[in-house]
Amino acid sequence: MPNAEWKWKRPNEKFFDGAGEPFYFTPSRTLIVRGKLASFFRSEKQWLRRAPLPRTYTDYLGRKLFTVLLTAQGIGAFALITLAVIVRKFNVASAVIHPMTRREIVRAGVRLLPMYLFVAVALGFLAIGQTVAVAARLGAFDYIGTVMVTVIVRELGPLVSAVLALARVGTANVIELGTGRALGSVEALEAAGIDPIHYLVVPKVIGMTLGVFSLTVYLIITALASGYLFVFLQNAPLTPTKYFAELAISLGWQDFVLLAVKSCAFGFFIGIVTCYHGLAQPLRLEDVSRVTVRATTECIFVCVLIDALFFVLYLRA
Amino acid sequence: MPIEMRGVAVGAGEEPDFIVLNDVNWSVAAGEFWVIGAPHHSGKSDLLMTTAGLMPPVGGSYKFYGKKTRIFDESRLADRLRMGIVFEQSQLFHYLTVGESIALPLQYHQNLKEDEAMAAIDDLLHATDLKPLADALPSNLPQNWQKRAGLARALALRPDILLADNPLGALDSRHSRWWRRFLDELSRGHKWLNEKPLTIVATTDDFRPWRGSRLKFALLKEKNFVPLGSWNDLLSSDEPLVKELLTAPVLAVEEEES
Repeated sequence: MPNAEWKWKRPNEKFFDGAGEPFYFTPSRTLIVRGKLASFFRSEKQWLRRAPLPRTYTDYLGRKLFTVLLTAQGIGAFALITLAVIVRKFNVASAVIHPMTRREIVRAGVRLLPMYLFVAVALGFLAIGQTVAVAARLGAFDYIGTVMVTVIVRELGPLVSAVLALARVGTANVIELGTGRALGSVEALEAAGIDPIHYLVVPKVIGMTLGVFSLTVYLIITALASGYLFVFLQNAPLTPTKYFAELAISLGWQDFVLLAVKSCAFGFFIGIVTCYHGLAQPLRLEDVSRVTVRATTECIFVCVLIDALFFVLYLRA
Repeated sequence: MPIEMRGVAVGAGEEPDFIVLNDVNWSVAAGEFWVIGAPHHSGKSDLLMTTAGLMPPVGGSYKFYGKKTRIFDESRLADRLRMGIVFEQSQLFHYLTVGESIALPLQYHQNLKEDEAMAAIDDLLHATDLKPLADALPSNLPQNWQKRAGLARALALRPDILLADNPLGALDSRHSRWWRRFLDELSRGHKWLNEKPLTIVATTDDFRPWRGSRLKFALLKEKNFVPLGSWNDLLSSDEPLVKELLTAPVLAVEEEES
């Protein structure tokens, strides 16, 4: 409607096109699924996205800020509902859900192991090997343990694990759920009285959480071992006893606890964000690729935020 | 009374604030077989989704077995399971085989292992001729068979009411005849349902295949729900839309040309 006098209006307010004919602005597609997922329909969000181009930068930034806040609200609510379903329905339909959860753990954990081992070896060679080689030249072996723990155990290990799991499994989750959503299988689940969050989300979130945690542990152990292998090949004056003793001295109980919590948090939120984008919003097939990119971006954003939060905790510990 | 609507307003599935049907007054007694006719995009699916409790009515009162209903949330799970729904596009789970899709509701609600659930639906697979296709994925099946799998899934929990959204749409004549015969059997009481007559509500955009003395007909016209009566009432109706839905589109063009 090229002649329409567009005004930014609330949903369902009356517009007048160029010919003076009234028409109504309504949010695009809403959920047919009316269960828990209904709470994620945000007409305000659709309204923000469909509004005409902003006239000022502050207008633009304000809209972006509101969109981010609404998304955060949706993801937070989705996470709480998923946690509630995990607790409340742990033994409901266990013959269906428990095998699915085991399959998801295999999918997000065991199957990724070869790739993780390769990345861990590379990480060990690149990060640890280089660091130890430099430390050998400077004679600063006393700091090796601290550097290893800070770089590999606290930061790189969990973050690299999370990003790899996101790339390999998280994106697949969005596509799988988004396609199902677009083809109406979520409505079919609801029609059969099956809770979509229990059936679709819970196994994926648990699988992703346990998968990322286990893979982080494997990645760190392999990276530390391969790092020493590189050092050994370079004939640096560092015995295995000294290397691992340095590590052991630098590791505190907080590192183990925070590593477990952090890697589980990465896995949990990757599962939540990918499922939220694949499931909680109405989709058409052509939207799936856009939503996948959006979910990936938001997952990285969330992981960085969690990492920053843990950085503060490490500083205080 | 399984279904009782008084002054119900039905919103569009994709735009819930847009009313597609106004003031629906409709009662369905146990064992009745209703066929609701309307052209495409007249609100047939939306009426079924509202009846199924997947969409709340925008206004009015909807009672399901005497209980006021908006949507079937978890507290009304038992009521939801009394209703089977056949979607127009089948909407099978694309990652499950036909057998797994049909067995899933049973497996989930009765907490059965996969092999137990498959054994439990064996009779249903035979009754719907889906036994040889039980291991096929939906994407490998023609639409005729996908739709039949959707019907079998809706019947898996032995519901009291079956809602079928345009079940004969896009079917070839052989499958269309099978559906009519099978729905008649269900309506009279099928072995799978322990001989209990099934209450059926089906929608259509073509009344012709639905000839039958036991059936009740209704029409959706200009946002109104218009009960029509029996097949004979349908034939004697002066309503132009009824005549349109009783006329084959190809024949209509031929008549115009001649």
